[in-house]
Amino acid sequence: MTNDLIHATAAELAAKIHSGEVSSVEVTRAHLDRISETNGKVNSFLHVDTEGALAQARKVDDAVKAGEKVSPLAGVPLALKDVMTTEGVPTTCGSKMLEGWLPPYDATVTRKLKEAGVVILGKTNMDEFAMGSSTENSAYGPTRNPWDLERIPGGSGGGSSAALAAYQAPLAIGTDTGGSIRQPGAVTGTVGVKPTYGGVSRYGLVAFSSSLDQAGPCARTVLDAALLHEVIAGYDEMDSTSINEPVPAVVAAAREGLNGDLSGVRIGVVTQFQGEGYQPGVLRSFQAAVSQLKELGAEIADVSCPSFDYALPAYYLIAPSECSSNLARFDAMRYGLRVGDDGTRSTEEVMSLTREAGFGPEVKRRIMIGTYALSSGYYDAYYGSAQKVRTLITQDFQKAFATFDVLISPTTPTTAFKIGERANDPMAMYKADLCTIPANLAGTPAMSVPSGLSDEDGLPVGLQIMAPALQDHRMYRVAAAYEAARGAFGGPSL
Amino acid sequence: MPSISRDEVAHLAKLARLAVTEDELDLFAGQLDVILQSVATVGDIATADIPPTSHAVPLTNVFREDVVRPSLGQQQALSGAPEAEDGRFRVPRILGEEA
Repeated sequence: MTNDLIHATAAELAAKIHSGEVSSVEVTRAHLDRISETNGKVNSFLHVDTEGALAQARKVDDAVKAGEKVSPLAGVPLALKDVMTTEGVPTTCGSKMLEGWLPPYDATVTRKLKEAGVVILGKTNMDEFAMGSSTENSAYGPTRNPWDLERIPGGSGGGSSAALAAYQAPLAIGTDTGGSIRQPGAVTGTVGVKPTYGGVSRYGLVAFSSSLDQAGPCARTVLDAALLHEVIAGYDEMDSTSINEPVPAVVAAAREGLNGDLSGVRIGVVTQFQGEGYQPGVLRSFQAAVSQLKELGAEIADVSCPSFDYALPAYYLIAPSECSSNLARFDAMRYGLRVGDDGTRSTEEVMSLTREAGFGPEVKRRIMIGTYALSSGYYDAYYGSAQKVRTLITQDFQKAFATFDVLISPTTPTTAFKIGERANDPMAMYKADLCTIPANLAGTPAMSVPSGLSDEDGLPVGLQIMAPALQDHRMYRVAAAYEAARGAFGGPSL
Repeated sequence: MPSISRDEVAHLAKLARLAVTEDELDLFAGQLDVILQSVATVGDIATADIPPTSHAVPLTNVFREDVVRPSLGQQQALSGAPEAEDGRFRVPRILGEEA
């Protein structure tokens, strides 16, 4: 029974809970037990909120018993990335800077989850302040990939994706600034969606790079991701960059896709994202996906987006520039860590000592890169040029979407690499985000759906699907149709 | 593009309020040099005629009615403070000894 409950999809669990076949408390306990059994190996959760989760589950069970109408995911458990504030529940962002901090308020995403009756199991591990591609930059130890515990689960949201792959939760929330939802999804064999920028509120999402940060749903199936998408999306007046437009009908699109017909859908294959530097098994998996999409009736052709070759350098100027400003808030005065305040030191000295002690190496590197790129004398050559590349990338997307409904590419150039392999080589680490970054710079939606396992190492591969802004439903339809055609590809044994 | 010197990294750390160690200066100087040389390639295609994009969504000021709404109370706002006194944040001295 427990085994059935942890392997079920969110949609299946919701149906069982709402019909009274099983209680939310039973479902929640099964997942809490699974976390106790496996978290020592995977380190996906930084904090498990047993009492809060069970209290929420009981509330849903009472409502079901009383015959009340509950929302579509009420009673289903979820893993929340530790970058979203949760009132009275620890929120660390994977940093020592916020160790022990209890936020005084809920993020909008947290509030919406609670209002929808979703059961928040706890908070998941991540690269410090979401800066990284492997979750090795967490101050609380790396998360391990359930498919191979010696390998990384991707990052920055490695904890959320590993929790899904390890059957610790059927749903999770991630945030994606340069690929932090999609790249972990790809390397753990799970679904990860970055919605249109502004589609999901950033209120209470601890800021890394505000013009790029976007929260989104993670799940093991496309339909589950769509159901979660509709819970968290929508206009929020607490976020000045929130888009005041109706939420794209992603659940209907996913259900439509499940009928397996993509006749007339025009799909462009981005030619920049293949060839040198790409693992042969990843490319073979991608080609197999292209063939299956053709069989489903899609019209497929190559499309060139030349500026995408410059997305990685542009991103590694824009994101650090914004982070150098955003992380100035960690000043040792209002919340978080303070060290060195012995009565003799000035505010500035205490601030510098605290930031030195509280931030890890990657965060320091990015703050300094950003400080450099924004400094007078270098601004035009670095930050200014990166902003122009951002314009070119947006234009390349616009041109491509004039001909194609969606674009596709591999999500990542390689499968999961070994823990420690790229830890001392920042540029090698940054290349994990090669294919995911353009969508962040343009603010367009993109997702990763598993395309099975690489034939050379047996590790998961992701297919990336990109759509125009506010057309999130298009990629859900294609992803759901592809997922059904692809079929099952097994799961990790833990 | 000029490469970045150890002294420049020390200056950046000071500007960013990071009391980095000597060992870190050696490590970061090398790494920042590699990163900056790599990202400088944006200059290859960023010609003068291209307008910059700072944000994917065209931003305009967002206003709301000036009405009182519930917000964090004093106790909540101070709940995470490293030190508080008399309902305020307590900070280290901000003026020099000679003041």
